Amino acid sequence: MMATPPLRSPLGRAIGLGSAKEGLGHWWAQRITALALVPLALWFVVAVVELAGADRAMVVAWVRQPLPAVLLVSLLIATFYHGALGLQVVIEDYIKNDALRFGLVIIMRLLAIVFVLRGIFAVIKLSLGA
Amino acid sequence: MTSDPRPLSPHLQIYRWQLTSVLSILHRVAGLALAVGAILLVWWLGAAADGPEAYAGMQAFLGSWVGRILLFGWSLALFYHLCNGLRHLWWDSGRGLELKSVYGGGWAVVAGTIVLTLVAWIAATLGSQ
Repeated sequence: MMATPPLRSPLGRAIGLGSAKEGLGHWWAQRITALALVPLALWFVVAVVELAGADRAMVVAWVRQPLPAVLLVSLLIATFYHGALGLQVVIEDYIKNDALRFGLVIIMRLLAIVFVLRGIFAVIKLSLGA
Repeated sequence: MTSDPRPLSPHLQIYRWQLTSVLSILHRVAGLALAVGAILLVWWLGAAADGPEAYAGMQAFLGSWVGRILLFGWSLALFYHLCNGLRHLWWDSGRGLELKSVYGGGWAVVAGTIVLTLVAWIAATLGSQ
């Protein structure tokens, strides 16, 4: 059996730069979360339109129903996952300095985790009767 | 410094504005706006969970002029990113990449964004009365 010829150029191999093998996973995750967000975002808009002018008691009563609670948590996870993937691409496109770019991506991801947890815990607290 | 004789792409301001590039830039701008909107969503849920005082403060802010503009911008960005995102997913399936479909889809996204934003705000205004 013949060995597969390397697709990488000798120069590319010497410099050591190239695919970090993570691009496909990022690409897929961005599309899967996008697909999930189509119905979730439409549901959320309809719900918010129906809640227009509602006071806190009505909003709390709405969140306490099982379906809105589960969909809200799904929306939060899909939104912040999709958003973190998108913001990462934006940071990588415009920040040339390696250390700064790396640092900003880490900080952005940590912030996304903090915000999504804050949102999920709010939904849980309301569901359990705040 | 000696300059490289290879041909260079002209600067961005040389190009004429086109629907395709404008919509592409707007997709990213809308995405950034939606990141802010996501924080607003968490703030809303958090305020509702924290109690009546926190919720009243948030409601006062969203009812102000700044809050209203923020909400309108959020809805506009959401509908645009949603419509154009569907266009992107369609392209990802390898379809609609001819110039004619790209422009047709682009104008459909513009129309869809305007209609959905108007419908949502009219429905919300009528519903809250």
